[in-house]
Amino acid sequence: MTIPEFKKHWTSLGIGMVWLFILLWPLLGIKPEGLEVASTFNVWWRIALGCSFLLFLYQLNKAGAFKFISRPAGAVAGSMKSATSMVPMAVWFVIGIACTALIPQFAGRYAQDVAINCMIYVCLGLGLNIVVGLAGMLDLGYIAFYGIGAYTYALLSVQFQLSFWICLPISAGMAGLGAWLIGYCSMRMRGDYLAIVTLGFAEICRMVLNNWMSLTNGPNGVTGIKAPGLYWFDFTNGMTLEHIWLKKLSLIYYVILILVVFTIIAVYRLQHSRIGRAWEAIREDETAAEVMGVPTFYMKLLAYCSGACFGGMAGAFYAARMRFVSPESFTFLESAMVLSMVVLGGMGSIPGVILGALALIALPEIFREFELYRMLVFGGVMTLMMLFRPQGMLPSKRTMRSGKD
Amino acid sequence: MSEPILELRDIKAGYGSIKALKGINIKVYEGEIVSIIGANGAGKSTTLMTICNIVQATSGDIFYKGERINNIVSDKLPKMGLCQVPEGRRIFPRLTIEENLDMGAFFRNDKEIEDDKERVFGMFPILRERCKQAGGTLSGGEQQMLAIGRALMSRPKVLLLDEPSLGLAPLIVKQIFSIIKEINSLGTTIILVEQNAKVALSMANRGYVLETGNVVMEDEAKALLNNPDIQKAYLGE
Repeated sequence: MTIPEFKKHWTSLGIGMVWLFILLWPLLGIKPEGLEVASTFNVWWRIALGCSFLLFLYQLNKAGAFKFISRPAGAVAGSMKSATSMVPMAVWFVIGIACTALIPQFAGRYAQDVAINCMIYVCLGLGLNIVVGLAGMLDLGYIAFYGIGAYTYALLSVQFQLSFWICLPISAGMAGLGAWLIGYCSMRMRGDYLAIVTLGFAEICRMVLNNWMSLTNGPNGVTGIKAPGLYWFDFTNGMTLEHIWLKKLSLIYYVILILVVFTIIAVYRLQHSRIGRAWEAIREDETAAEVMGVPTFYMKLLAYCSGACFGGMAGAFYAARMRFVSPESFTFLESAMVLSMVVLGGMGSIPGVILGALALIALPEIFREFELYRMLVFGGVMTLMMLFRPQGMLPSKRTMRSGKD
Repeated sequence: MSEPILELRDIKAGYGSIKALKGINIKVYEGEIVSIIGANGAGKSTTLMTICNIVQATSGDIFYKGERINNIVSDKLPKMGLCQVPEGRRIFPRLTIEENLDMGAFFRNDKEIEDDKERVFGMFPILRERCKQAGGTLSGGEQQMLAIGRALMSRPKVLLLDEPSLGLAPLIVKQIFSIIKEINSLGTTIILVEQNAKVALSMANRGYVLETGNVVMEDEAKALLNNPDIQKAYLGE
């Protein structure tokens, strides 16, 4: 490094550090009780020291001081990668399912609860992945279909005592119908405009659920929803077939596991079919796809509806598990959350979306120790993630390819 | 002369209040290469977009094989044998070359798709070498070849080419045009929209000159090449 370069380098760094420390001090003093700037110095110097140390490490790394560690580590990582890529995806899939199936046997109530939550969001994420990752349409109102599915099962169960298994396809169908209605009017739009329309649709859905007192009981929600039932062998007096309610957490766990497996297989099959190829072509270049003879309007509508069906199924399960639904579970924040899972995990990649869902549900649980700063840390992690790995954690092969050039 | 395979009668079209085409008449006969030349903003690309119904004609008729196709949705046209290679190539950058070609045959499900793919690979050997590579990694000329190959996968009767020479080195342009000629000799009618008037006219049978949305001249391509006005305006002589 020549001297003027060196000077420039350290001046910009120095200015940055001074700025950070000046800003940090008053910001740390903001407390619920008011400003307490004087006493924050104690925390401030620790953070300042930590930051300086990290910067020092970063500079050393840039200068190549850690080559003796990073080079062999890189080689090991490389050989690990080639070893894991030898094993076909299906094997990983089976191993993953097997491990997940064993969780209720070993883990406690809390872990099961978190795992069920994760799996609901895996279903939602995979459904949205069809719309956003494959067909390339920005959907900000995906949670509406989750809500439609949940309320469909809730109302059918309470009013007509229909069983969960019958209602599951009905819920999916209702969500698909909702998507068809809104999609038919809006699929000619592209990009940002579509995002606004879907956002509006989700708000309308929530408002209807909130205000249609006679049907949905408004903000009080619907109670008394039945859990899924099942005929199972009972060995108490000989072998008889008994009807049981899957109310226990460890039993309902397997219901959502089956749903997740079904969703993964269905989405995988769709993605690798002719239809999936057409969706990807539409994402790449809609006009070109149209000129090539892809019926873009119907294909987009199909993507939107099939995505909604998976959302509706997840919704029906959600209603059956909570045995209570209310409109406040279906706010815009939830839509944003599902979208973040897809983007964070890697658009268009099934393992990526699963990992994204795990991360976004599990991380806030892990950060529970930070209490007040939980969401702050969470937001920070998401920001860093997008800065350093914009293509997502496990991007699809296609994004990796185009990321290189 | 026999019936034209494609005919535009008094076509008007535009974008919002801007009128891009002010009533143009074009006839294309089977087996021909027809060049449409003109300056920027003359309406060349709009003409092709209107034929494919991506831009709707506000008035006038488009006939293809004697059938009026104004109201046929654009994605039905490749099946009828009318396929466009859009301006700026517009391949699918993240799909592999093979998948790009498959997209060209999207509406087909016969058994001859593989044969057609072989034919395209035979025409453009470079595509076979790289068939597992993403389309976006190709060079400009190779992308143009891919775009033409993709259109050929639909077995077009009439191929609409929008500025195939755009942004390519002269040597590559020569190569592309010789392939276009070859495609034509195999029986595909070609409509060629070009800025590069000299090359376009020298290989065409007939030519149309567009200026601000009107056809100002139509003639045999050779006559246009020798026309002093055209030479002055478009050939830079």
